[in-house]
Amino acid sequence: MKDNILEMKDIFKVYPEGVIANRNVSMDVQENSIHALVGENGAGKSTLMKVLFGITPFQGGSIVYKGKEVSFSNPREAIAAGIGMVHQHLMLAPDLSVAENLILGMEPKKGKLFFDGDTAIKICREASEKFGLAVPPEKKIKDLPIGVRQRVEILKALARNAEILILDEPTAVLTPQETEVLFKTLDGLKKNGKTIIFITHKLSEVTRVADRITVMRDAKAITTRGMEGLDEDKIASLMVGRDISTKRITPPKNIGAAKLSVRNLRYTDEDGVEALKGVNLDIRAGEILGIAGVEGNGQSELAEIIAGLIEPDSGTITLDGKSLLHCTPRQVRELGIAHIPEDRMKNGVAEATTIEENLIVDRYYKKEYNTRGKLHWNFITEKSKELIAQFNILTKNSKTNVGFLSGGNIQKVVVARELSSNPEVIIASQPTRGVDIGSEELIHNLLKAARDEGKGVFLISADLDEVLKLSNRVVVFYNGQITAHFEDASTVRDVDLGPYMLGLKKEEAASGQMDS
Amino acid sequence: MSELFSSIFSVNFGFAILRVMTPLLFPAIGIAISTMAGSQNIAMEGSMLIAAFFGVIVGALTGSLALALIAGIAAGVLLCMILGYFHLKLKADIFLSAVALNMFASGITIFLLFMITGDKGSTSSLKSPIFPNFHIPLIEKIPIIGGIISGHNVLTYVALLSVPLFFILMFKTPLGLRIRAVGQNPDAAESVGIDVNRTKMYALMISGVFAALGGLYLSMGYVSWFSRDMTAGRGFIAIAAATLGGMMPVGLLLSSLFFAFVSAVAIYIASLNIPSELIQLIPYLTTVIALAVFSGRATRKKKEKAAAEMAQKKLEQQGQQ
Repeated sequence: MKDNILEMKDIFKVYPEGVIANRNVSMDVQENSIHALVGENGAGKSTLMKVLFGITPFQGGSIVYKGKEVSFSNPREAIAAGIGMVHQHLMLAPDLSVAENLILGMEPKKGKLFFDGDTAIKICREASEKFGLAVPPEKKIKDLPIGVRQRVEILKALARNAEILILDEPTAVLTPQETEVLFKTLDGLKKNGKTIIFITHKLSEVTRVADRITVMRDAKAITTRGMEGLDEDKIASLMVGRDISTKRITPPKNIGAAKLSVRNLRYTDEDGVEALKGVNLDIRAGEILGIAGVEGNGQSELAEIIAGLIEPDSGTITLDGKSLLHCTPRQVRELGIAHIPEDRMKNGVAEATTIEENLIVDRYYKKEYNTRGKLHWNFITEKSKELIAQFNILTKNSKTNVGFLSGGNIQKVVVARELSSNPEVIIASQPTRGVDIGSEELIHNLLKAARDEGKGVFLISADLDEVLKLSNRVVVFYNGQITAHFEDASTVRDVDLGPYMLGLKKEEAASGQMDS
Repeated sequence: MSELFSSIFSVNFGFAILRVMTPLLFPAIGIAISTMAGSQNIAMEGSMLIAAFFGVIVGALTGSLALALIAGIAAGVLLCMILGYFHLKLKADIFLSAVALNMFASGITIFLLFMITGDKGSTSSLKSPIFPNFHIPLIEKIPIIGGIISGHNVLTYVALLSVPLFFILMFKTPLGLRIRAVGQNPDAAESVGIDVNRTKMYALMISGVFAALGGLYLSMGYVSWFSRDMTAGRGFIAIAAATLGGMMPVGLLLSSLFFAFVSAVAIYIASLNIPSELIQLIPYLTTVIALAVFSGRATRKKKEKAAAEMAQKKLEQQGQQ
């Protein structure tokens, strides 16, 4: 039995708006171990770590660190005490070099006035060797892949003598291969005597690396225990309080002909980057086509082009033989495309308007919704109430501002609008990003139902588990091109996709086109 | 017309460019520093104006050039600190606050001018010291170049020296590193214990020093009096100059020279028989055109660069196979 390096007891935290984020949460972390902190979004795990790290004050409970009661009033104190945090959004200055980022705030000086760049590079090299984390000291952060940036961030904490390292959803942006490298790094740090707290909601990762686990649900800690006897399904049910399936959905039975066809699509973005370099794919009626790939490899652009939000350089897009090029978003929608955008707050809803208004924003101009410009509000309210019930949007009133809803419920508003427009093809971009497991399951079931009704579903997701759970066919995007096409996704594993996602492997003339 | 050309290719014209450049280069450096800190300071116009005014007044009252310099810089920095207070402490929009302060500077200087001299136009009734001209030994003797470079106001040389100084400050000192970090990712700076607001305030104050030097040059070098709104938009042209210069030392110098060239041409054309209103328009019109052309070119260049990199990558891949 190892000693506890950290004990958090009965932490109580209520935010100024009155939301209770931690309700007497207790958690103990053993020295020199990897401790997973899991729970749904909004379960309170990030808040608990913010309390520990001194980012936010708490109202009750105590923190005992290395046998002494502590309470940090800001991150600086936490860092000084030996606690480091790697945030989900990396805390790095993009135009500064790796070494400069590493020593920021504790700059070595030459004389009294000048910054000593050579010593900074030396410090960086030494830390890099000591902890076995390879980084290029002189390169700028913006020129490095995300996995290396994360390594810099970890090194930054270690260079400040962190003994406990908190990682907030570190694998969210990584490919399976990069994730594997990260896990090796974490194992190495453990051997070096460090303690790691690892926030995640990907259960496969927990079973892969964690020694112990704390599960949180509804602002409470359900359990803190060793990993013995736990598997993914058991952890999932602890997280949501009921049984949840992580299994793949049944494959579709009736796949029809190609509905949406994309041919030789090319697009150059404002910065001159070729985001799409000749993409070919088909989406057939009654199927879910999944797009796997690290974000930023052209998937978002493809979705926006199909939805009519941006114009491609060249190529064709047809829906049932009709061209979608040079159409306004409204025309595209009239032809039968629905679009669940990846950023719901930016492109999905107007947060300062009501649920009703957001639900009709794509159809207000139609005859049944208005007479010569005067909206039929009674009819709209009635329709909205139907949708709210059907899509299980948790709200007391259909006239509530969308901005007051939780992330999951806002996403349900978007999904309700898009699926109720009676589309032929649904573009679902990151449909469950940042929503709770309950909403995620609901949205998955809705997409499956749409598929079974004979609609074509185009699923873009950075979450490989989601892609593999829903899709019957998968294409992989890398650098604006399709690098692989799996016609039968039922036997594909995430590690099979990895090399294609990184561009290490490429199928000859890969396309998502179906021969017919 | 030929007269115009011969005057443009004269030593005097070269001299005039450096003269006109000085009150553009100072504020352009100030804007670059504040922009790198992520809080672009467009209150340069007001800061210059207020420094120009207090420099002359204190100079006239005390007869001391040193006190005039101190008063001018203090006034310019103070205005930028007020901007910082609005922006950083009260969380007001920095551009709106800066616009308000520019108008405030214009109003307060005219008001005080009237209070002190009884004249709403200028301080020509006051006798204030000016910054001396400086003849560079040896260089002075070189034909043409000597005539262009030597004999300027001492502040013109300070402006030129400010270019390397700016580089050293931003890229060779811990403060510069922190200013850049704060501008690029304030959360990152915060997470390693850097006080973001304080760092931004320092950047704004330094920008105020440069603005003040530009203003002091106008009223105590370029001419020897303060007149109402004498900055005449130089603080704004400097924003354009800083943008065209890419916020980098050499770029700032070149773009300031470019705008100075245009302004100098406008001064020389004035001898031709063209309505003076049109001529006065030239520097401002050039600013608009230059910004449009350069931003268009920058976008194209980016595209070309990306395409070239892409081609290079392809070649490398083929090479590997």
